[in-house]
Amino acid sequence: MSQTTPVTLSRKDFESGQEVRWCPGCGDYSILAALQSVLPELGVEPHKMVFVSGIGCSSRLPYYMNTYGVHSIHGRAPAVATGVAMTRPDLHVFVIGGDGDMLSIGGNHLIHALRRNVNLKILMFNNQIYGLTKGQYSPTSEQGKVTKSTPFGSIDHPFNPISVAIGAEAGFVARTHDMDRKHMMETFRRAHEHRGAAFVEVYQNCNVFNDGAFDDILKKDARPDMLIPLRHREPIRFGADGEHGVAVNEFGEPYVASVADVGEDNLLVHDEHRPDPTLAFSLSRLSTGPHMPTPIGVFRDIERPVYEVEVEAQVSAAIERQGPGDLAAVLASGRTWTV
Amino acid sequence: MAIDTTAADEVGSTKLDRVVIRFAGDSGDGMQLVGDRFTELSAAFGNDLATLPNYPAEIRAPAGTVAGVSSFQVHISDHDIVTPGDGPNVLVAMNPAALKANLRDLSPGSSVIVNIDSFTQRDLDKADYEANPLEDDSLGRFNVYRVPMTSITIEATKELGVKPRDAERSKNFFALGLICWMYTRPAKPIIEWIESKYSEKEQVRDANLAAFRAGRNFGETAELFDHPYEIQPATLPKGTYTNIVGNTAVAYGLIAGAQQAKLALVYPSYPITPASEILHELSKHKNFGVRTMQAEDEIAAAAIAIGAAFSGALAVTGTSGPGLDLKAEALGLAVSLELPMVIVDVQRAGPSTGMPTKTEQTDLFLALYGRHGESPLPVVAAASPSDCFDSAFEAVRLAVKYRTPVILLTDGYLANGAEPWLLPDVAALPDISVEFATSPNHDDGFWPYLRDPVTLARPWAVPGTPKLMHRIGGIEKEDGSGNISYQPENHERMVRLRQAKVEGISADIPPIEVDHQDGAELLVIGWGSTWGAIKAGVRRVRAGGHAIAQAHIHHLNPLPANIGEVMARYPKVLCPEMNLGQLAHLLRGKFLVDVQSFTKVTGVPFRAAEMEARMLEEIAR
Repeated sequence: MSQTTPVTLSRKDFESGQEVRWCPGCGDYSILAALQSVLPELGVEPHKMVFVSGIGCSSRLPYYMNTYGVHSIHGRAPAVATGVAMTRPDLHVFVIGGDGDMLSIGGNHLIHALRRNVNLKILMFNNQIYGLTKGQYSPTSEQGKVTKSTPFGSIDHPFNPISVAIGAEAGFVARTHDMDRKHMMETFRRAHEHRGAAFVEVYQNCNVFNDGAFDDILKKDARPDMLIPLRHREPIRFGADGEHGVAVNEFGEPYVASVADVGEDNLLVHDEHRPDPTLAFSLSRLSTGPHMPTPIGVFRDIERPVYEVEVEAQVSAAIERQGPGDLAAVLASGRTWTV
Repeated sequence: MAIDTTAADEVGSTKLDRVVIRFAGDSGDGMQLVGDRFTELSAAFGNDLATLPNYPAEIRAPAGTVAGVSSFQVHISDHDIVTPGDGPNVLVAMNPAALKANLRDLSPGSSVIVNIDSFTQRDLDKADYEANPLEDDSLGRFNVYRVPMTSITIEATKELGVKPRDAERSKNFFALGLICWMYTRPAKPIIEWIESKYSEKEQVRDANLAAFRAGRNFGETAELFDHPYEIQPATLPKGTYTNIVGNTAVAYGLIAGAQQAKLALVYPSYPITPASEILHELSKHKNFGVRTMQAEDEIAAAAIAIGAAFSGALAVTGTSGPGLDLKAEALGLAVSLELPMVIVDVQRAGPSTGMPTKTEQTDLFLALYGRHGESPLPVVAAASPSDCFDSAFEAVRLAVKYRTPVILLTDGYLANGAEPWLLPDVAALPDISVEFATSPNHDDGFWPYLRDPVTLARPWAVPGTPKLMHRIGGIEKEDGSGNISYQPENHERMVRLRQAKVEGISADIPPIEVDHQDGAELLVIGWGSTWGAIKAGVRRVRAGGHAIAQAHIHHLNPLPANIGEVMARYPKVLCPEMNLGQLAHLLRGKFLVDVQSFTKVTGVPFRAAEMEARMLEEIAR
């Protein structure tokens, strides 16, 4: 497993050569490209990487990666990946899935992988729609969504994935989007650097069933006023001329304000490493959907004990304490008698 | 640790060849504990034995009610036995509810020892007794012994300064002491056990010791009982024995399998009755490199196992029926991925929650067929508590050799039932290790579905191995390359290949053995935990002068290659099962044999007498 010489890798090393088969214009292409661009820079050889996915359009991604990969079952990718990480803590394990996969059918596995802090890099492609089943509303679709299964509008209240992840005790939580390769690459790199479970929400356009879902915030001319970049130790500020910012009210709740109104010194300074998740959670509540100023970047990055490392530690401690397993001794560990 | 098995205390006694004792009381009365102690003691004494614990699913059902009764039956003998006995010869009833719940299992002439102190009006009301059964003639057919267990226990512990309420809790040890006297068991091992178990709690230790001694003394001095009985050690094959329950044997078998396969054992599981003890047991043995984990749900447990298998571990998960329902989807993926994995199903009474602590064999069809698509996998079933070790080992062997999920079926009776186990020679366990793929196997690099021509197993290439990167999933794969394929002919070929791989295992398993008797026209064929009851029934039939043959199935998929030919030798075939005839249905369908089904679904195992009666009926037919 030793890496004595630094490996020089290129994007090609991560391409499986399988024909990529998403719909033309799908946001998944740019996410795949960003991934394949950043992976060679991580210094990890492809055979030490495992991509695990569930079911859905995005879950086809492992087939396109020249790494180890499992295209598993709907919603179960975080669990399958947990099995990989537990068995081989030395591997670099990525989990790929969509909003339906991870927040609906697989919601339970996602939150438990996060709370256990398994060293998984979980990339959730959020297009706010079920694409592979041809256009039903998803757990992140806005209320009132008219789809094939909701001709009179959906009644369900959507999840805020960042809030869910922080609520599930995730140590690393970030959001990025498919229109900004550089931002994606940087976010993926940060997720990989983090020791423990990392959750990245990627806003992704489904141009067939939910086209333009993020236009209000991601159209080039909308971005300055609608994206709130989070930068560690910097005042949270946005707008073409930095005229907007985030301040905190008397209850400790962040709100979007005009810098001129509140004053530069009263802007909230972002701290990814705050052990208490309250402020990060509040930041995730600034926006109730991609129609208003929305934070992107790293919400939270704190260190916690890593699950599989602790599993290994218990095994080593047991060997230290009891010596390596002696089967004959265990079989005869109860009362025995000889005939 | 070996213990002194020199003869019991010197007393004038009557010899018996066997006895069945049932301790019954409220679930808070410690009946399982004293049952276990008596079992250990008798095992160490050298008797052959079999046990049948029976307890409510609720941790504490309302005290004193019939629903809250917990019991422990133990059959001890001076010869080889195969069942925990039909009904008890001696019932210890700690309260009216225990009497009421167990009376139906007693045959006339049996002994009933009641704790007379707990037959107050209040106790009778809780058990819904309209009249005190000790005062009318409803127990006339039995020898009833009225013993003031609670008050003697309180009296005996008085000097220790134990409060009466606490003292009362030691009355189970009084009952144990009395039964130990009745069956001339040595006292020393129990005393030592109490001393070590309660070494931290002096008062509890002393109270239990006092109660135990008081029980023995009561037997000796009360003149209630004529004399004690003696059951000589059984003549068992030479070797070292321990007393084992099925769930522990499964855990040991998995550890042994992992060791002989040279793989790390990963055991994700979700708590479920009656399978949780496998997780508990394995969790103690991390020094074997065992990685146990309590998953968030049954589905996750199976999915985590798949991830572990993909990464080169021996992946095992355990559950019971409701959990197997939930794991079906993951099992389908494991079949498609062709990865080794063992799924232990400790069957319990269903459907749905059913009766979690009661036993049944109703998951056979679920194990064989409970997945969508053509989804074949090997199924192995254990026949006795100690056979759980061999069966678990066999499941591991098949899984790793053929790269397939294997279901191991046990059940609630095997899981909790105990019997003496001749310890296997660890050094003689076969090497079942497999080689991981280390280099490309094709001009195109690595083909994950390029099969071994003999076993049809695909290569196992674990992540971290250079040059073997591959992607696999639940979507149909192209034969050989493993690439996604929707091609019609390829799908048909893959469906048939997966089937052929599992069917081919029949050449790698022993033919079914027949315990034949000249002149036998009836073959009794069973699977799983009915083995003991069938064998006991067969012995009785033979003792009655009739010829009969027995065969037992350990591999349910694929079946032993000779099974059709064996059945064809007999004009009549009878198949007893604790379900509504699942194996019988299978045998009839596969072999066109007129198999007669004998079924029982009460949640308790078959009795030898039931077996005998039905076998005789079949012989006469």
